[in-house]
Amino acid sequence: MELNLGLLITALTYLGVLFGIAYYADWQRTQSRSLINNATIYSLSLAVYCTGWTFYGSVGLASKQGVMFLPVYLGPTLLALLWVFVLRKIIRICKRYSLTSIADFVSSRYGKSPFLGGLVAVIAVVGILPYIALQLKVIGTSFQLIIRPTDLQVEGLPLMTRDATFYITLVLIAFTILFGVRRLDTSERHEGMVAAVAFESLVKLVAFLSVGLFVVFGLYDGFGDLFTQAGAVPELEQLVTPSGDGSFYEDWFLLGVLSMLAFLLLPRQFQVSVVENVNEDHISRAAWLFPLYLLLINLFVLPIALAGRLYFAEGTIDADTFVLTLPMAMGNESLAWFVFIGGLSAATSMIIVEAVALSNMICNSLVMPILIRLHILHTEGRPKLDRVVLNIRRGSVALVLFASYLYFRQVIGPAHSSLVSIGLVSFLAVAQFAPSVIGGLYWKNGTRLGAVTGLLAGFVVWGYTLPFSQLINAGLLPSSILSEGLFGLSWLRPLHLFGLEAMTPISQATFWSLLINTGCYVGVSMITRQTALERGQANLFVDAFRYGRDSSHAQLWRGSATSEELRTLLQRFLGNRRTDQVLREFAHSRGLNPEEIWQADSDLIQYTEKLLSGAIGSVSARIMVASVAKEEPLRVDEVMDLLDATQQAIAYSQQLEEKSQQLQTATAELRKANLRLQELDALKDEFISTITHELRTPLTSIRAFSEILYDARNLPKAKQKEFLSIVIQESERLTRLINQILDIEKMELGKLEWNKEPVVLQSVIHQALASVSQLVKDRRIAVETDLVPGALRVFGDPDRLTQVLVNLLSNAIKFSPEKGGGIWVTALSKQDQVVVRVRDNGIGIPSEYWESVFEKFKQYQDQEEERPSGTGLGLSISKTIIENHQGRMYVAPGSESGAILEFVLPLWSKTSQPEVDARPPQKAVAA
Amino acid sequence: MTQKKILVVEDDPVIVISLEFLMAQNGYEVQTCNNGEDALKLAEQHQPDLILLDVMLPRRTGYEVCQALRSQEQFANTKIVLLTARGRDVDVQKGLDAGADTYVTKPFSTRDLVKTVKDLLGDAD
Repeated sequence: MELNLGLLITALTYLGVLFGIAYYADWQRTQSRSLINNATIYSLSLAVYCTGWTFYGSVGLASKQGVMFLPVYLGPTLLALLWVFVLRKIIRICKRYSLTSIADFVSSRYGKSPFLGGLVAVIAVVGILPYIALQLKVIGTSFQLIIRPTDLQVEGLPLMTRDATFYITLVLIAFTILFGVRRLDTSERHEGMVAAVAFESLVKLVAFLSVGLFVVFGLYDGFGDLFTQAGAVPELEQLVTPSGDGSFYEDWFLLGVLSMLAFLLLPRQFQVSVVENVNEDHISRAAWLFPLYLLLINLFVLPIALAGRLYFAEGTIDADTFVLTLPMAMGNESLAWFVFIGGLSAATSMIIVEAVALSNMICNSLVMPILIRLHILHTEGRPKLDRVVLNIRRGSVALVLFASYLYFRQVIGPAHSSLVSIGLVSFLAVAQFAPSVIGGLYWKNGTRLGAVTGLLAGFVVWGYTLPFSQLINAGLLPSSILSEGLFGLSWLRPLHLFGLEAMTPISQATFWSLLINTGCYVGVSMITRQTALERGQANLFVDAFRYGRDSSHAQLWRGSATSEELRTLLQRFLGNRRTDQVLREFAHSRGLNPEEIWQADSDLIQYTEKLLSGAIGSVSARIMVASVAKEEPLRVDEVMDLLDATQQAIAYSQQLEEKSQQLQTATAELRKANLRLQELDALKDEFISTITHELRTPLTSIRAFSEILYDARNLPKAKQKEFLSIVIQESERLTRLINQILDIEKMELGKLEWNKEPVVLQSVIHQALASVSQLVKDRRIAVETDLVPGALRVFGDPDRLTQVLVNLLSNAIKFSPEKGGGIWVTALSKQDQVVVRVRDNGIGIPSEYWESVFEKFKQYQDQEEERPSGTGLGLSISKTIIENHQGRMYVAPGSESGAILEFVLPLWSKTSQPEVDARPPQKAVAA
Repeated sequence: MTQKKILVVEDDPVIVISLEFLMAQNGYEVQTCNNGEDALKLAEQHQPDLILLDVMLPRRTGYEVCQALRSQEQFANTKIVLLTARGRDVDVQKGLDAGADTYVTKPFSTRDLVKTVKDLLGDAD
């Protein structure tokens, strides 16, 4: 009894530690920290793969079949290489569409089929029951062994032990419900549970390694000593060398494949590797850390098996208990307790995670859809549906564990099956999901009917070949079926189906079930058609990586709902606070006010479905949402359009964006050009109107005087001559005006030809003075010049420059007073420029006109004086000419009394104007 | 019989010479000026029977002068002939709206101008 008390305290303490860890992790999460957001913890949680089977069963198998225990671990190790691709894809899909179980995954892939989800759930539950029962057996056996150390015999389980297992089952139900089914979560993650599982993985590894070290180095003098002693026994020698049995390699291969699939598809593995995954990048580290874990935990399997066989007389001790019985037999009590705890860890972690995963499936894929369909769960009515869902799950946990207990008690106990053989039954059950899941990930043409047929066929073959034969072994069915086949048909013998004799029962079951399953899946898929939704989902799954990591818009849905209905629906499963929170998040992600999102567009409907899917499964979520949202069915081409659209939309919208930017630029340019044109048009109108006015003025004079002369015959000779000279003068004015208008037009159009060459400015000035000399003489104006002696060279058109100077001089003459008029012309150089100045002593120009005198037809005139007879174009033309020579013209300060007009031109020199001399001969270029 | 008085308002000196000669030749007393402000002063001062008014004037346009004169009672019956270099309909309408009796487009026929003036003044032969 002393021992029992100590054991009880140890077990309770351990349980307390687990509670503590789980509670701490959950508490951390409420503080928005994630304890399990860590690649190492993720890898350790994957080690839930190693159950009581590994802990006790591997040694049992190794003691009979040697290295045959290995393929079960080689499979997942090999798979680790493919993991990065397959698992990442599954995780990506599940995260995107909030899929929380393998049943959800399969049903969602094949057009969100409720039936398929239910089928997968049933297969999983039925298939996994033996496996959980196996764990119960492990716990029960080890418990019995450790409280009754004197009675190592396992023959016939005493009633008390059965009761102990029953109580243990009750404790496990409580533990699972506490950590696995605490609250309804949209991501279905259980941080506390995962943290506890990871810790248990560590415990079972250390415990197993301890036994190994104790056996190899305590019992024997290392590996060499142990293997030498074992080698001396002929039956044991066989264990370490591959047997010559013909089916050996086939068995290895099939077991490897089987465990590879099981590792991916077991509900608990799916739970920890996909659903509980925090960050898909954790896969990379797990891809080597997890195989390392497998290597370590298998390191001592064969040594312990050999030691057990060497130590215990054959048949006295069940090899499945060597791990525990060896230290006990050696009297190492504390190690035995530690091993017991390690085995307990291995078994309980499996049971808890498996029960959570299965209860999720039973609830979401089986019970909820049925309740909703039977209108037991109305979409209206009782507000708090999260309680209902939780209770269904709690009930499911209890149901699964009780059923497992019954299976343990009624089938496993009486049949005395080895741990490994029980486990493999479950492996093969979940392996039936492989064609639908893997095909669903990489083959777009897999149909719902194909998946249903394949699953059903595989399940039937599995059921007939394995559990059925176990029921026979347990004495629940006549054993004649085993030897003679069902209905006496020999090809229906469960262990030798279709006459296959050469393989072990498990291998032939694997072979047939998977072959028939895959054949049905592919075959039926090829002869059936997908619905629009199936086609769409197939594309979304197979092309999962073509959408971004976080993109959630790749959903196929079209419908309408009132926003209030959606909110109510969410509140019933998530509660008011959480509903408000998720809707705020939705609004935030869309850049909207929370009030604004209540125009329930299809995005909001999809978001609601996704949230509910996390809580109650995709099938139920779909039914729930459909009950409030009126869905418009999509046709296949529309689905394809939607998919194409999402893929092409990005590229297309980028193109559009570019185009529209180009268009905007072009539009802006056109608008500017148009404005300029309008301005120019207005200018042109004004110009023409001004020109006609200016042309009519001399023409009016000419006509008037011509008619006066014609009509008045008695006019004195002097008057006649005066009038005629006016006619001549006005004709000249008209001619000048026309020439200047043409000049301006040419200059503005850039059509004027410039014959530029190096020009000496002094000679230009002299030439201009010469051409106005008659006028100057007539008006008795004194002209003074002050030109620097050295030649001032500029590069320009001599005729045009002369024209400028003539204009300036004419103006000066025009404005000079009648008596005492004077004009001063100066030219000088300033740095590399020439400055030419023409000053007169006329009326001057007030400073407000200094700018405008250069405008066309703008003449300054004093109000008292008569208007000077000019064209009003001279200065404008002159300024344009000077500017064309890279110079500038302006009215100089001091012009208020006597106008001073100046222009500046760049001095020309051979070095500063290289383009003149450097201009290559045309022929040289042509050659 | 006293001579009727004509005021010539025109900024081009050569045209002024021709108009002055024509009007004097036909027996009218002529005053001239070359801008709008002077035109108003001279009209006040000499009370002309008819005004030959150029449109494009410095300081105040012919239209403005026309309106200013018509706003005064004393010039209600003064004949006003606009001289315009712009023969467009809008310009003509603008002048008539401003209160001008008629208009003559540059370059004008001297005979037509003299006839227009005589018609307006009731001096037709």
